Amino acid sequence: MTSRREFLILACGASSLTAARTVEAQIDPNQAALRKAAYREALRKVVGDAQVRRGRVKLQLPPLIDNGNSVPLSVEVESPMTAADHVRAIHVFTEKNPLPDVVSVTLGPRAGRAGLSTRVRLADTQTVTAIAQLSDGSFWSDSADVVVTLSACLEEGLI
Amino acid sequence: MARAVVTLPAQARRGEIIEIKTLAAHPMETGFRRTQLGELIPRDIIRRFVCSYNGVEVFRVDLHPAVAANPLIAFTTVATESGTIAFQWIGDNGYSVTETASIRVE
Amino acid sequence: MSICTRPCLVLAVACVLLDLRAAGAAEIPPAERRSGYEFMGRETRAMQDDDATNPGLLWVLDGEALWKRKAGAADRACADCHGDARASMKGVAARYPAFDAALGRPVNLEQRINACRTGRQKAAPLAFESRDLLALTAYVARQSRGLPIDIAIDEPTRPFLQAGRETFYRRQGQLNLACAQCHDDHWGAKLAGSPITQAHPTGYPLYRLEWQGLGSLERRLRSCLVGMRAEPYAYGAPEFVDLELYLMWRARGMKIETPAVRP
Repeated sequence: MTSRREFLILACGASSLTAARTVEAQIDPNQAALRKAAYREALRKVVGDAQVRRGRVKLQLPPLIDNGNSVPLSVEVESPMTAADHVRAIHVFTEKNPLPDVVSVTLGPRAGRAGLSTRVRLADTQTVTAIAQLSDGSFWSDSADVVVTLSACLEEGLI
Repeated sequence: MARAVVTLPAQARRGEIIEIKTLAAHPMETGFRRTQLGELIPRDIIRRFVCSYNGVEVFRVDLHPAVAANPLIAFTTVATESGTIAFQWIGDNGYSVTETASIRVE
Repeated sequence: MSICTRPCLVLAVACVLLDLRAAGAAEIPPAERRSGYEFMGRETRAMQDDDATNPGLLWVLDGEALWKRKAGAADRACADCHGDARASMKGVAARYPAFDAALGRPVNLEQRINACRTGRQKAAPLAFESRDLLALTAYVARQSRGLPIDIAIDEPTRPFLQAGRETFYRRQGQLNLACAQCHDDHWGAKLAGSPITQAHPTGYPLYRLEWQGLGSLERRLRSCLVGMRAEPYAYGAPEFVDLELYLMWRARGMKIETPAVRP
């Protein structure tokens, strides 16, 4: 993925996890700003002006991933999933991918449990956010931070 | 060609929440990659996944390029009655795959 | 930064970090050998373990269909001679590369499948790294999952094993690196954030997250050689098959994991 090549993560040696805190992904500042704005706009399209509360949603991603091409992601929302009280939709967003939307789930009481497991692409070390829309119109969210490093030997186009 | 694989129990108790895991064979071309010559490879992804239980939609996912290749979609549904659970994947360039599974609910 | 300089930068950093003694340091003691599986994150391991989530299964299923499909002028399917692969192919992948008497040298599993295609089915050979060849190889190798690698070394195969060993220890490419320097001497250390494994080919063909698809051992070796800025051998080249023989022999006793998942 050529967009990933633009990001230089210099996570060297065994200190890669601690180094990540101080290492900043080197995206072109204009591009980072554009993507952040796109992320906020995507959020606004779903949530509008409503308040988004933290809680009820559990978003799980490995903190240090093996490969940004395929990152296991699992999101669960606490809910009785009855006709009166259930989760209507779950949305996942990123702030640094070329596009902010990742996946949107439409469901109802027939799901039994409000959740999804899938695998996603992450272009860079960043925060992933999941927003749940409940039947009463309220919005709840959770975020997870992920460190993404590039493969040591990129072979694309050379094989 | 194996286009999709679905895994779920063949039978369940009424009201039991069952786990369903699905895998679809698809490159999920993002539309952001370029060829050696610099040409943009057009987007070609699965756009939507729908699970129907005896004809009633029970779970739907809208996918974007950020979903990894050969996507896994794992979720749950309530075993309400015996019948057929259908899975459909729809995507760009006329991509459409359907798989069905029978379930016996006691 | 352009595409071409990224691997150079990474390996230049590695050259500074790694102490480049002459290759030829000790082999990994058999008891200390670990599969690449153990170097992966928990979630990637789970992806491999569960057939319902392992994308490699898609190729295995394709292979199963090809196994039963008639092909070539002889209008024969693999199943017509070999019956149920679960029985007839059990243990086969664990023995490959194996000596081919007609050719007088070892061949890998892909070459063996193609020999059947051309010799028995009278069909055109399948291209290396084609979806069909990967699917058939994955299906055959899947029948050995869980079995220990069992490479027979005898008089005829010994010189080829030696040639493969020499390739493993020989410095190659612009970076003048030998496989052994990373995979015998520095396994467990990190190369740009990714762990260096011991390079045991226990799960091929495997689903590599970097490829977003299934690929062969030779594809992975070519990727390493290119990363080392060395000229990669052609698919099916004797240098490759000898090296595969050595790598499988080096991993003897370890369990087949095909189709594995790797970063």
